[in-house]
Amino acid sequence: MTVDMFAMQAFTGLSIFTILMLMALGLAIVFGLMGVINMAHGELMAMGAYTSYGTALFFQKFMPSLMDAYVFVGIVLAFIVTSVFGFLLERGLIRFLYRRPLDTLLATWGLSLILQQVFRQFIDAKEVEVPTVSWLKGAWQVTEGIALPLSRLFIIVLAIVTAAVVYMILFRTRAGLRIRAVTQNRVMAGAAGIDTARVDALSFAFGCGLAGIAGSSFTMLASTGPTTGQQYIVDTFIVVVFGGVESLLGTISSAFLIGQMQSWFEFGLGGSMARASILALVIAVLYFRPNGLFAAKVRR
Amino acid sequence: MSRRNFIRNSGLVAAASAVSFPMLNIRSAGAAETVKVGILHSLTGTIAIAEKSVVDAEMLAIEEINKAGGVMGMRIEPVIEDGASDWPTFAEKARKLLERDKVAAVMGCYTSASRKAVLPVFEKLKGLLYYPTYYEGLEQSPNIMYTAQEATQSVIAAMEWLAKNKGKSFYMIGSDYIWPRTTIKIAKATLARLGGKLVGEGYYPLGHIEFSSEINKIKAAKPDVILNCVVGGSNVAFFKQLAAAGITGKSQTILSLAVSEEEVSGIGADNTVGTLTCMGYFESLKNPANDRFVKAFKAKYGANRVTGDTLACGYTSVYLWKLAAEKAKSFDVAKVVAASSGLEFDGPEGKVKFHTANHHLWKHARIGMFKPDGQVDMIHESPLIEPNPFPKL
Repeated sequence: MTVDMFAMQAFTGLSIFTILMLMALGLAIVFGLMGVINMAHGELMAMGAYTSYGTALFFQKFMPSLMDAYVFVGIVLAFIVTSVFGFLLERGLIRFLYRRPLDTLLATWGLSLILQQVFRQFIDAKEVEVPTVSWLKGAWQVTEGIALPLSRLFIIVLAIVTAAVVYMILFRTRAGLRIRAVTQNRVMAGAAGIDTARVDALSFAFGCGLAGIAGSSFTMLASTGPTTGQQYIVDTFIVVVFGGVESLLGTISSAFLIGQMQSWFEFGLGGSMARASILALVIAVLYFRPNGLFAAKVRR
Repeated sequence: MSRRNFIRNSGLVAAASAVSFPMLNIRSAGAAETVKVGILHSLTGTIAIAEKSVVDAEMLAIEEINKAGGVMGMRIEPVIEDGASDWPTFAEKARKLLERDKVAAVMGCYTSASRKAVLPVFEKLKGLLYYPTYYEGLEQSPNIMYTAQEATQSVIAAMEWLAKNKGKSFYMIGSDYIWPRTTIKIAKATLARLGGKLVGEGYYPLGHIEFSSEINKIKAAKPDVILNCVVGGSNVAFFKQLAAAGITGKSQTILSLAVSEEEVSGIGADNTVGTLTCMGYFESLKNPANDRFVKAFKAKYGANRVTGDTLACGYTSVYLWKLAAEKAKSFDVAKVVAASSGLEFDGPEGKVKFHTANHHLWKHARIGMFKPDGQVDMIHESPLIEPNPFPKL
């Protein structure tokens, strides 16, 4: 293996890491912190992707001169649309299902099928084309043999910024303090005067909004269609569970580990075998550490 | 008076006074004016992406035939069932169409997996299936008519052309299920026969969206040709990531076996421009039947819709069934199959002809290059190739 090859593979690993991290941040809050098994999380990403698509169409039609900036507007709108949807979803459905994980699983799985069919019926059964803005096309040619795709660099930056913002909100703001308090001891937090129902709704909405950001930015790399969410949901759950539910740091490290494994296994073994090997390893690790790599100690 | 007009007029007369033309009442009383045809595709689920528009094309053909007087004076009554991208559901719905609806024929299936699921049902209940999707061959059922390309008419023809014109070192990549695996197996055998070299191959699960490691490997291997058997939404990821890594149709020969005009609308035409595809039909083909087909399709479903190989084959299938039934003067499956032997039709892809024995069509293999508007420029057209579902490799 040449130096160039090594550098490219390392970059690929870094890129997959940030993609997985971006995917998993939202679920880390919804499933990790709140304990809601949201099977429709993938469809929320698809919703983010479709929001980007809508934004692109709007810009193409009404302000083609600002087309290059649509990607930022798309990401912000995706966050808003999915978090509003998430808020309504929590108020309308999820809050009745707390403490009933099996029912939540079925209800949200049903919801994911409904959303898929809604996309198929009202947008398009086929994939839609979300244009990549001109300044993110192509690659940054570092040396002769090393070319780093700009869209991947963009996602790396976006993922790091998002992770930092999530960290700041959870650990440096009053709202974050309340979320953590409710997570760690719901009854006590309520007794201390925290409106736990409101915190639930807002954290669920925040988690969904993060899914929207992920979905919106992945339009640069992958397809946008009714079943787009299904492509993401399994990986997302694996990252969160592998890292240890209830641990943000665990989610990030697990995204890093799985990203590196995927990059090198795919290089050495090919796609399908890499996937099978990663899943086998995840199972082995969970066998010895059933709560994931970084199990937080939580009082229930 | 053309035959079409004759049929239409006699159909009208028959409708007006069914009793006075007893010879036109092929079926006994009751079912007099319609004949049921099943349409069995996925309207929901993963594969709906590909199959929904095939239904559109088949419905267009049925509508045209009905407008022109039906089949032997009978209107076609379509019975649409949703296979829901789920193979057992396909088998169940096939049984329903044959047992309850008693359809004369079924147009249906897209993936090989769904065809394999319904095959025993059609053989047991003596039904008739028209299968309009290009596939890997290695099958010949007495109850299935295969109206799209099999391997010798696509991958083998494409490999021969590529080896002659583009170079002999190949990198092959595909989704991980029966069609890509078998197709690449056939491609490798063909490559060995042609004296070419395989520099790499990779398989990814359906729906996979991360190709950067494979692209790094492709860059290192520097093949003359990338043979792409990736299917469905993964193609969007594959082409976007290839383009982002600086591999485009301009600098690299990439031939896709499962990308038609339809898929390009999702991938984005600027990501596929300059890459090659091998199909039996392109929307840009110039012939009167295709002009009519494309015009009628866009008039019915919208100007922004595109046609493609499976759509044209689905459309052709309905007409082939109609012609065979008229030739046999019966809707009986055995008689329709017998009448199909050697049957010719001028379809959107030009003249096609059923093989006298093996239920497949004589076809052109056509290689084309994607243009910036997502349409295809044909750069090579083979003569009509005799179908051979069991090729010697």
